[in-house]
Amino acid sequence: MSRITYREAIRLALQTAMRADPRVFLMGEDVGRYGGVYAVSKGLLEEFGEERVRDAPLSESAFVGAGIGAALGGVRPIVEVMSVNFSLLAMDQIVNNAATISHMSGGQFSVPLVIRMATGAGIQLAAQHSHSFEGWYAQVPGLKVLAPATVQDAHDMLIFALCESDPVLIFEHVMLYGTEGEFIEGSPGAAPFQAEVRLAGTDISIITYGGNIPKALKAAEELSAAGISAEVVDLRSLRPLDTETILRSVQKTHRAVLIDESWKTGSLAGEIVALIAEKALYDLDSPPIRVCSREVPIPYSKHLQEATLPQVSAIVEAAKKAVNRA
Amino acid sequence: MLEFKMPSLGAEMTSGTLTEWKIKPGDRVKRGDIVAVVDTDKAAIEMEIWMDGVVEKLLVEPGKKVEVGTTLALLQGEGAQAAAVSPPAARETGERLRISPLARKRAQELGVNPATLRGTGPEGTITESDVERAAGEAKPDAGEAPSIRRAIAAAMSRSKREIPHYYLAFTIPMAGTLDWLERENARRPITSRLLLAALLVKAVAKACQEHPEFNGFWKNDRFEPSSSVHAGMAISLRKQGLIAPAILNAEKQSLDQLMESLKDLTARARAGSLRSSEMMEGTITITNLGDLGVDQVFGVIYPPQVALVGFGRVSVEKNLVATLSGDHRATDGARGALFLAKIGKLLASPEVLL
Repeated sequence: MSRITYREAIRLALQTAMRADPRVFLMGEDVGRYGGVYAVSKGLLEEFGEERVRDAPLSESAFVGAGIGAALGGVRPIVEVMSVNFSLLAMDQIVNNAATISHMSGGQFSVPLVIRMATGAGIQLAAQHSHSFEGWYAQVPGLKVLAPATVQDAHDMLIFALCESDPVLIFEHVMLYGTEGEFIEGSPGAAPFQAEVRLAGTDISIITYGGNIPKALKAAEELSAAGISAEVVDLRSLRPLDTETILRSVQKTHRAVLIDESWKTGSLAGEIVALIAEKALYDLDSPPIRVCSREVPIPYSKHLQEATLPQVSAIVEAAKKAVNRA
Repeated sequence: MLEFKMPSLGAEMTSGTLTEWKIKPGDRVKRGDIVAVVDTDKAAIEMEIWMDGVVEKLLVEPGKKVEVGTTLALLQGEGAQAAAVSPPAARETGERLRISPLARKRAQELGVNPATLRGTGPEGTITESDVERAAGEAKPDAGEAPSIRRAIAAAMSRSKREIPHYYLAFTIPMAGTLDWLERENARRPITSRLLLAALLVKAVAKACQEHPEFNGFWKNDRFEPSSSVHAGMAISLRKQGLIAPAILNAEKQSLDQLMESLKDLTARARAGSLRSSEMMEGTITITNLGDLGVDQVFGVIYPPQVALVGFGRVSVEKNLVATLSGDHRATDGARGALFLAKIGKLLASPEVLL
């Protein structure tokens, strides 16, 4: 066991996969000479060369499309899109091609493509680099969507994704790259598409994923000091959703707070509330509460950015409201 | 009256030209019949009707272009009548109760009337814990024992602090009663046989009618008699503790009804599904510890009641000791003696209890 950063964990997974399988290659903007905008792929060009660590031109549609073609052609591309915001240029490739080809060919072709994207806000990159659109992709049949929150998952999920025959999108929250955590090499890891209870509790379920897991755990700590036992559920997989774990938790605590860094309207948080209403209404002792980003483009200035995003204080407040100890 | 409207016959169709009617007023049509020809931008389409009825009136002349959704014809159909006679939707009376779905489900399980509860949840919502508190049962995983112990402690401490108890014991010869019970049960099917316990409840309830000063509440420094006898039955719970839910209107129940009430109450008390009225409304308590070999019971009155009648076991000489714990504020020993004697007399002639 060792303590490494989230970005090191991803690099380690890339390295391991590329050493193990010559079909695996990395492609994206600035992944080679620059070492990746979040320094994930630093050193990989030196080890694997230009053929397997490919700097792509600034055209998301082109290089994601090339990734789909390569996957169809029998290799294992890992495409890095600098930010989910830019992925909208490749949304056609992802939604209309990657997600549909297996379906439309009657299973004759598959697209074993892994796309990694940075998501989320927090480092003052303003409205065109800070949004969280993973919930949009999580709506699309034919895609699998993962969101690692821990160092272990950052490594393991990439390895899992390379075992899938369908396109897998991995969302890495920008605030997580520098976080440190325990990493066990060769750990069996949690099942790839299952949610995990990161902290067990009895009074309220705080349900979220990715970059909001640290906030949820911090909120749970504060709630515990106030005598409220919070359970933190890490979704891990946004599509498919592990409805069983979500419902089991809510059936235990009878209350739910959802944290989602995207906008509340049409959010994944809303989808989960609907799920709870459909399947566990009679287990609810108070209305579920969504803590989402304010419905504005994410602001640049620090204090406005903070005011826009879900914060620990808002999570604590929501949880207290749900158990009526505000 | 049914309205037959211009349907949308394609994704972009917003209007169509009715070129020909294939029906006339008075015709009977059924679902699937071709009734008209409509010219859309793409083609002339034979239009089916999707309702049964009799054509009343054609509203659109052939050759006229109309928008999708325009009523083309009126029909008289069974559907119209059915719709007309369907009763108006039941209206909610009063304000809707603010209660969480979980609390509503629990209230149903525990037999608690949620309308009587005060909510402590967000914005006064009735929550699961409000329901469970009312049912006198704490959440099992929160530890039932300590909470029920606390409740007993509070009630019994109050009793011994406030109520000056006096105790009387009265030995009742039961040989005749037991013989009667044996004979009675011999002619009954097993399922409707009587237990002595039912006789004891009935005897106490009837004695209360003659001695109403033992049946009711001591409140605000005076005794308030109760017109009905709600016989609180001390029931020990399997885990620990006891509760004393009441058999409501025990004086009006026959022995058979009392048997049913006893069985039902014990089962529900142990399952934790008592109604709040049963928990709150006992007017006198009966404790029967004879089954456990106890000779005499000196009970603690359950406030604000003023009396508790205890029964021990039937001895080898076929004697049963009935005891009275009385509230000396409400009654004196002499009245208590008469009350116990009345119970004894009623038990001596059980046929009057039937």
